[in-house]
Amino acid sequence: MGWLNIFRSNSKSSASVAKERLQVIVAHQRGSRAGADLEYLPSLQRDLLEVIRRYVKVNDDAVKLEVERDGDMEVLELNITLPDRSSRAQHAS
Amino acid sequence: MARIIVVTSGKGGVGKTTTSASFASGLALKGHKTVVIDFDVGLRNLDLIMGCERRVVFDFVNVINGEANLRQALIKDKRVENLSILAASQTRDKEALTEEGVKRVLDELAADYDYIVCDSPAGIERGALMAMRFADDALIVTNPEVSSVRDSDRVLGILASRTRRAESGEEPVREHLVVTRYAPGRVHQGEMLSLEDVAEILAIPLLGAVPESETVLQSSNAGVPVVLERDSEAGAAYADMVGRYLGEELPHRFIDYQKKGFFSRLFGG
Repeated sequence: MGWLNIFRSNSKSSASVAKERLQVIVAHQRGSRAGADLEYLPSLQRDLLEVIRRYVKVNDDAVKLEVERDGDMEVLELNITLPDRSSRAQHAS
Repeated sequence: MARIIVVTSGKGGVGKTTTSASFASGLALKGHKTVVIDFDVGLRNLDLIMGCERRVVFDFVNVINGEANLRQALIKDKRVENLSILAASQTRDKEALTEEGVKRVLDELAADYDYIVCDSPAGIERGALMAMRFADDALIVTNPEVSSVRDSDRVLGILASRTRRAESGEEPVREHLVVTRYAPGRVHQGEMLSLEDVAEILAIPLLGAVPESETVLQSSNAGVPVVLERDSEAGAAYADMVGRYLGEELPHRFIDYQKKGFFSRLFGG
């Protein structure tokens, strides 16, 4: 039966196809799991905007939240863009 | 304080009940007081696999509802000392498993037993969630096959988020991979995922592999946990698994392809 292997060796074994498919599926399932505990991000963003507006007049897109993952570590990056000084001065007057 | 072990998989038919019966029997054989509980309310089967179906009078749901006490519902195994079985109800539905009720029964058992093995039903509905809820350890029973592996990963997600340990922020549930129906010859042919593949995809440590074996069906026919069939490969694999769980260092057996020689093929060796 050895000669049959000549044909077989051209195509991947079905087990390695299964492994590749599963790796994609599992990575996807785990990706959405990791996101599941961060469902609060949009409402956190809204609340922060509200608090900041008590003190400064800022645009709707002034608060930016980003989550970066590096292995087990998660970093929540918060960016607030204040209006430039001239427009603040106008606002104050 | 008892350690609670859930035997789970997501997918049905992969060997949860076979594993629960053998793992619990194996722990009891090692001298640990063990109770095994069937959480598959409405579709009970553990009693059949353990060979005590004719001795079920009261069940888990009766105890939860206060219609019987634990002493009345627990069935003492006739073959193995230190082993008791709590059967599932055949007539109720899974809604009967309330979280408070399950917790109360587990707390009461924990006072008397070293290990509580929870045989989960298939799926991720109430019965399965309740079986996982209070677990300290989880045996993830997986066949080396795509749908089983995917379902096992879903179950890992639930263990990491919806168990008591996950919610209280304690040390997470300890996960152990149990691969069943393993066929080293087919792995050798490239037709089946290898143990290494499954462990790598799920990223949990392998506790043991049970080879595909005729003995598993034969022992379920007879109502004898396969771990009691010491001469069979499957029985020995389960015994090894229990030993490893208890901290013994045992090499994995029956996982390598034994190429049959010309003579053994000729004479059916």
